[in-house]
Amino acid sequence: MATTATNIPQQGVFLEKDIDTNDMVVNIGPQHPSTHGVLRLITTLDGEIVKNIEPVIGYLHRSKEKMAESRSLYQYQPTIDRVEYLSSFFDHYAFVSTVEAIAELEVPKRVQYIRMITMELNRITSHLLWFGTFLLDLGASSPMFYAFREREKILKLFEDLTGARMMYNYYRFGGVIADMPEGWLDKVRKVVDEFPDRLDEYEAIVTKNPIFLDRTIGIGIMSAEMALANGVTGPSLRASGIKLDLRKTNPYCSYDEVDFDVPVGNTGDCYDRYRVRFQEMRESLKIIRQAIDKIPGGDTAELNKRRAAGDETANEMDLQIYGKKINLITYKPPKGEGSTIVESPRGFLGCYIITDGSPKAYRIKWRGASFSNLSVLAPLMKGLLFPDLMAIFGSIDVILPEVDR
Amino acid sequence: MHDLIYRLLMNLGLPVELIFFIWAGLMFVVISLVGQVAVVFMVLMERKVLAWITQRKGPNRVGPWGLLQTVADGVKLLFKEDIMIPGQDKFLFTAAPILFFAPTFVIYALLPFTDKLLGLNLPIGLLLIFALSSLSVVGIVLAGWGSNNKYSLIGGMRSAAQAISYEIPLVLSALGVALAAGTLNLKTIIESQNAGQYGIFSWYWLSILPLSFVIFWSSSIAEVNRSPFDLPEAESELVSGYNTEYTGMKFALFFLAEYASLFGMSVLMVILFFGGYYSPFGGLLLQKWFHINDPILLEFEMATWLIIKTYIFIALAMLIRGTLPRLKPDQLMGFSWKFLIPLSLVNILSIAILKLTWIGTGLKTIQAGPFTFVVPYIVAYGVLAIVLFLILVIFGNIFKRKVISRIQLQQRTV
Repeated sequence: MATTATNIPQQGVFLEKDIDTNDMVVNIGPQHPSTHGVLRLITTLDGEIVKNIEPVIGYLHRSKEKMAESRSLYQYQPTIDRVEYLSSFFDHYAFVSTVEAIAELEVPKRVQYIRMITMELNRITSHLLWFGTFLLDLGASSPMFYAFREREKILKLFEDLTGARMMYNYYRFGGVIADMPEGWLDKVRKVVDEFPDRLDEYEAIVTKNPIFLDRTIGIGIMSAEMALANGVTGPSLRASGIKLDLRKTNPYCSYDEVDFDVPVGNTGDCYDRYRVRFQEMRESLKIIRQAIDKIPGGDTAELNKRRAAGDETANEMDLQIYGKKINLITYKPPKGEGSTIVESPRGFLGCYIITDGSPKAYRIKWRGASFSNLSVLAPLMKGLLFPDLMAIFGSIDVILPEVDR
Repeated sequence: MHDLIYRLLMNLGLPVELIFFIWAGLMFVVISLVGQVAVVFMVLMERKVLAWITQRKGPNRVGPWGLLQTVADGVKLLFKEDIMIPGQDKFLFTAAPILFFAPTFVIYALLPFTDKLLGLNLPIGLLLIFALSSLSVVGIVLAGWGSNNKYSLIGGMRSAAQAISYEIPLVLSALGVALAAGTLNLKTIIESQNAGQYGIFSWYWLSILPLSFVIFWSSSIAEVNRSPFDLPEAESELVSGYNTEYTGMKFALFFLAEYASLFGMSVLMVILFFGGYYSPFGGLLLQKWFHINDPILLEFEMATWLIIKTYIFIALAMLIRGTLPRLKPDQLMGFSWKFLIPLSLVNILSIAILKLTWIGTGLKTIQAGPFTFVVPYIVAYGVLAIVLFLILVIFGNIFKRKVISRIQLQQRTV
């Protein structure tokens, strides 16, 4: 038949004609193995290539800021742990030191050092969890368990100190709730001493792995301008080459008395972010070691002995665990406002409080680092492959409770 | 045993056709049982090995040492609800697990587990195995299409791309074996490896084809969708890939078939490169050292050697899974097309040269010795070096960029 002859495509016609293709919109999340919580990413895919990505947040909103207006500051404090549950010592420090700034409470040196040790230990646990989940996002399952093995040891220390493994609620206005248990510093020293070997172990199995290098080097390059424009802070910013660390630039909590370096990357790809966090763990160990040596009063057992022997110098202000005895439940800070920014494992963690002379706060505002760090995901992802999405998302280390609060 | 049963059936006075059917049924039961039992143990083994790598204990509640864990899981899967979501292509969704499952088990009929425990001794056994193993990808693609799930669809497409890319180096490297042995019959391949009198050293992995073995191994891991090539079910981005929507027994079929194909591929690798059912000392130990010629005992020894060798490779695959991160699709394709396929072509060239030199000396097949591979490989690597040099000259820019990025990596002061 004549019609069939005309219907047969000429050679090459099929290739020249545009094939009708549609972009595929994939709804990643809110429940998904790699979104580290409940994040929804509306992703437009062209085959395997990500064309556009739109994060949808708010699935974990617990109105942390509004809660503060209906209860006293002391009653509000336990709920802060849930703002960012992987490094809640930092949340507490931001909150407590803001109140201390408003009320001009003096903080004893011993308390400052205890806070420094706990915060740095917490930075290590947070980075360890990031390490495990980042490698899990890249498809390697074992590093997760190794990271949790070390994290467990530090969590045990926290348990000895505060009675809790995740929700510590340990700091108080002008002090901490109780002194360290006797012999706790020795346990910390032991963990800190054996930790570098474990880090070397991770480096041996991960950092030199060719598949790992291929998947991270040159992927998700975040330039310094891009990072600043999106308000990225913390290790992700430093990986882009900007040496901005609040512990160095605005030293708080006696960080000016310890010696440490700020690791900086130069290209801002996933590999740099990985290296910066890894180096940060080593720097944290350095800080903890110095703090253990320098802490006023030393181990609690010695201090108690001195006190029992009637040594008056053991009762001076810097060796106390409270600057001023206050009734915590009905504590009324004076009318005023204040704010603190802390260098948390994920970046700047800010707390802004307005008080009106009552036990409640008039207004509390939290600034989570993850929120602004997440905003850089969409511009970073343009034109990369689908699996790179997980690598980049893992490498900027976002935690969803802090995004939504 | 083989003869005994056969003679028993003959003595019953049944017609020959019926005996044939009974015999075929018996063989089917035996071989599929081998497969099922192997899979049940592999699932437990995988969980135990992964647990040991990550310093856990693994399953240890059901049965002694967790031995019945897989059975319990199987029973659980049998009784689970079979969920179908709206919009699924019912026919394809149901057919996909069967299409994936059936070819992997049919392969068992072609594998010589021992001298006599062999369903079909075909002269084109190797060819048929590759034909069947490439069929199973149809099941994955249909599962991706029929699931009405975007993750599944992407997983299915990835699987198709992966199968196309990795079947080529797989077949090309096995072709080297076929060239060396001069046959596609698996039994003859085993016998010709045993013909060289150096035991483990005259097997093809070392004597003639070390490169073939490496290529075959890496592409067989990709062929059975195992880590680091498990892109079709990459859980970090695709949730569970092509089997996301499957529950109950349909999921169990996928699960079973994946392990079954790993087992089948490992057996095939042992047959092609590791002397099949012969001992590493050449011949069979019972015959050679203890002068026992009881056929049943010899069968048992053969099966033991094959199973030991197979499980060594399965354990290695599990170790790899516990160690490496996953590749990206473009890296996966690049590894096959830019690296494995050119290499396997060079490899075939070297085997062909070896074969020609041997025929020149008047021998029909290659008599393998410990260092047979030296001569052809010097020639082949020379060719490879020239090819690489040409590629570098032609596409120099691409490589330059890579080299620079490596240098930058070393210079980083983080």
